[in-house]
Amino acid sequence: MNRMKKALTALFAGVTLAAATAGPLVSAQETAKLGANYELTGGAASYGTPMSNATKLAVKQANEAGGVLDGVQLELVEYDNKSDLTETNSVATRLVEEGVVGVVGPATTGDVLSQAPVINKAGVPAIAPAATGDALSIDNNGNLMEYLFRVCFEDTFQGRAAAAHIADNMGIKNVALVVDVGLDYSQGVADAFTEEFESRGGSVVTTESFTSGDTDFSAILSTLAAQEFDALYVPAYYTEVGLFIKQAREMGITQPIIGADGLHSQTLVDLAGAENASDIYYTTHYSNESEDEKVVAFQEAYEAEYGQEPDTFAALAYDATNLMIDAINRAGSTERDAIRQAIAETKDFEGVTGLFTMGEDNTPIKSAIMLKLTNGEVESAEAIAVEY
Amino acid sequence: MQRFHTRNYAWTALILLAFLAIYAMVETGIINPFYKITLVTIMLNIIYAVGLNLILGVAGQFSLGHAGFIAIGAYSAAIVTTRYGVAGLPGLLLGMLVGVIISTIVALLVGIPTLRLKGDYLAIATLGVSEIIRVLINNLRDLTNGPAGISGIPIVTDWWLVFIFLALTTILVLNYVYSSQGRATTAINQNEIAAEAMGVNVTKYKVTAFVLGAITASIGGSLQATYLGIVTPNDYTFNRSIDVLIIVVFGGIGSFTGTFVAATILGILNLVLQDYGQLRMVLYAIALILIMIFRPGGLLGDYEFKFGSMVKQWFNKDKKEGAAS
Amino acid sequence: MQLFMQQLVNGLALGSIYALIALGYTMVYGTIRLINFAHGDIFMMGAFLGYFLIAELEMNLFVAMAIVMVSSAILGMVIERIAYKPLRNSTRVAALITAIGVSYFLQNIMIYFLGPEVQAFPSPIETQVFNVFGIIINTKQILVFVVTILMMLILQLIVNRTKMGTAMRAVASDSEAAQLMGINVNTIISFTFALGSSLAGAAGVLYGIYYNSIAPTMGTAPGLKAFIASVVGGIGSIPGAMVGGYLIGLLETIVTFMGGSMYKDAVVYILLIVILLVLPQGLFGKNTREKV
Repeated sequence: MNRMKKALTALFAGVTLAAATAGPLVSAQETAKLGANYELTGGAASYGTPMSNATKLAVKQANEAGGVLDGVQLELVEYDNKSDLTETNSVATRLVEEGVVGVVGPATTGDVLSQAPVINKAGVPAIAPAATGDALSIDNNGNLMEYLFRVCFEDTFQGRAAAAHIADNMGIKNVALVVDVGLDYSQGVADAFTEEFESRGGSVVTTESFTSGDTDFSAILSTLAAQEFDALYVPAYYTEVGLFIKQAREMGITQPIIGADGLHSQTLVDLAGAENASDIYYTTHYSNESEDEKVVAFQEAYEAEYGQEPDTFAALAYDATNLMIDAINRAGSTERDAIRQAIAETKDFEGVTGLFTMGEDNTPIKSAIMLKLTNGEVESAEAIAVEY
Repeated sequence: MQRFHTRNYAWTALILLAFLAIYAMVETGIINPFYKITLVTIMLNIIYAVGLNLILGVAGQFSLGHAGFIAIGAYSAAIVTTRYGVAGLPGLLLGMLVGVIISTIVALLVGIPTLRLKGDYLAIATLGVSEIIRVLINNLRDLTNGPAGISGIPIVTDWWLVFIFLALTTILVLNYVYSSQGRATTAINQNEIAAEAMGVNVTKYKVTAFVLGAITASIGGSLQATYLGIVTPNDYTFNRSIDVLIIVVFGGIGSFTGTFVAATILGILNLVLQDYGQLRMVLYAIALILIMIFRPGGLLGDYEFKFGSMVKQWFNKDKKEGAAS
Repeated sequence: MQLFMQQLVNGLALGSIYALIALGYTMVYGTIRLINFAHGDIFMMGAFLGYFLIAELEMNLFVAMAIVMVSSAILGMVIERIAYKPLRNSTRVAALITAIGVSYFLQNIMIYFLGPEVQAFPSPIETQVFNVFGIIINTKQILVFVVTILMMLILQLIVNRTKMGTAMRAVASDSEAAQLMGINVNTIISFTFALGSSLAGAAGVLYGIYYNSIAPTMGTAPGLKAFIASVVGGIGSIPGAMVGGYLIGLLETIVTFMGGSMYKDAVVYILLIVILLVLPQGLFGKNTREKV
């Protein structure tokens, strides 16, 4: 009897102790906090806002479906980082302090890198939806920043994919390159494109540039109109390229205009005008016309919630959030290291932006497709296979 | 001489006391990492704003170019520590020195011709200079890595280092303000023509104030870069100059105590507003308008917290009482 | 040469927008010496109202433009009354801070309600393209150019030929003396704001039509460029603001044409600094002598 009592007491004490020291254990709580660090105001607000919307949608759907780990509800903790490096760092620190199990965001590569030291030090896994900068998770000493993940392509990948596709499959030899010099993404993709394209026998006949926020492209277009080339390669965002297409077509430039996933938005067609949006190609993750039920369901849910079609930023953030949720389930706990492990081991994750496996450098191995727009509608979607 | 000593001892004691108080709070965890970064941000803002207050409040020159000098300091530190492999504290100090030298040169080149301009014309010219600096940073890709900025800067700055430089730059600026050159500068601000008639070399003092402001901004920038570990050109748009300007005006133009108080209050306000998402900037804007309408002269007007004099008076009173008894 | 002429046409269209915003800037600055940072945001509000009237209510372009001008005028007066008037006797920097506050407010209230994303502006007119000796000109460019010139002429008439205009000039040159002459300074300042803001609103609609894209943050960059235009042209001078606007539009286009598009903002600022140093009063400004 006495021994029994003793044993029970010991067991009880042991369990309590374990629960106390293990910190945020599943059984000890009914909600798990998920952090979101997005640009809701400031210069990058137009990318951060759709991402924030998509993350909210993913969390809402997960909670409606019964939460994670059999009944643990997710609580989204979101703060605005003002598109400012210091503020991003501050928000990341705050999220860590508040005990989030993981962080999604921010949008821009710069902000992601400003957040990186904080989450790596604290050991909190973070997934960046759209930070495309090369070697994002590798620090200057060549070490992997273990807690930093992303779900998008690398700049290099997209530039090469586009170069390979248009040189080999579209038979284009001479390209005029137009770069947004205010955008690291644009320059990164353009550099990789040029290298790959030239190695495949193509040539970049001329390079023009503009700066993010520009609305008047008539000067560079007039210059371009007087030159000979087979196609234009414009890796930038739809906000500028939409206007660029419109002005180009109105000026009588009829060559194909090719871009990257930054063009993936209905706004591109709205800005350019459907009648001008023909012979437009871009590399991206998925097609809005896709029959894939995941994509269709996401688009319908997003439109029902926010009244507009999701753009590429929303789709990537939706995948980032769902990957985090999936990783929590696979880890079987809300312990930060287990989640990190689960994200790193992601295999054949079915997102709206395609099927992917997490690579060794914490960047997903994804495939790109090339969409073709005719009169503003997606006419064809071709898978691109690039060899590295 | 005696008087001078009391004052200096009093201030040194106060600074040490503040340092120890923060140290204790950080060590015991009262200031958690999140409050720590807020504290660092506030201290950096004070470094920037003290320099701008010297230009705007003491010399009466309206500069909107502070962001450019902050950027020079930040990029100098970033480039020296990442490209030339001078790591750790020596790297930061070397980078800071390079930043200070470049800022001085730029401030002289810009200041000597443009400080002839008055009021808003000067403001718009200095704004132009800071935008030109940003355009250059954006386009000199080999040196600055273009719009992607420089990341992976070794993080060597912690709150204590910022605190030390805050104390140093403030002492530097205040000593200048209360020196004979500083008095001459104030005279220019009050009446330029009268000052000139009294034989004050107007251009020299205006330029000196401008250069000192640029130097402190650059020092702050170097600290910020090595605290965050990343610099990007988009972090130094003219909005940053405006943020600093708001601190100076809100505290009271010419009042350094006001600068400290305003930076602290705005830092805390920013922290509170973090929760409000897109409503944040709306609330901030309303706060800004209301504060200016109800306190157009700033929170403290031209009041200064004269700790040294207070201590001195207190000592003198003691002495008098001692003598009387 | 033909290419160069084409660039001139492009520059004139861009310059027209700058000029139209600069007209409002120069009047407000000339009267109360305030860099009205919110001017660019009134331009933005005008563009959004125009969008609503043309896209949602399907109004005629010119009716919509008239409504936008009246609404912008009211908005300008309200802003002046609430945010600037209480500060008229304080430091100018304090007034500048409220102007920045108003700018932040307008921008972010629009972001709060409509989101920060760029929106497409419907085209209310058919775009026709004319080919004049190999130079391509479209109807929008003509519209922008004609409206700007028309507005400038009307403004010039108001300022130089009406009683209100005379009073405005009086307040601009010495508001205390004007008050002693029996001019109601408050009314005149309100009127100046109304006039300047209505031009900004009109510019917003034209910008929307011409570039087909509007966003809550669209006002900042053109606002700043327009202020530079009015400084270059000489503060307070209507032809000066026009010339300044066209000069900057042309300069930007030419710099881009020469292959320096990444440096075009820098070149504009360098022009500004050079002009300020050589001609502190701007191209058309009156030379005011400092009184001792």
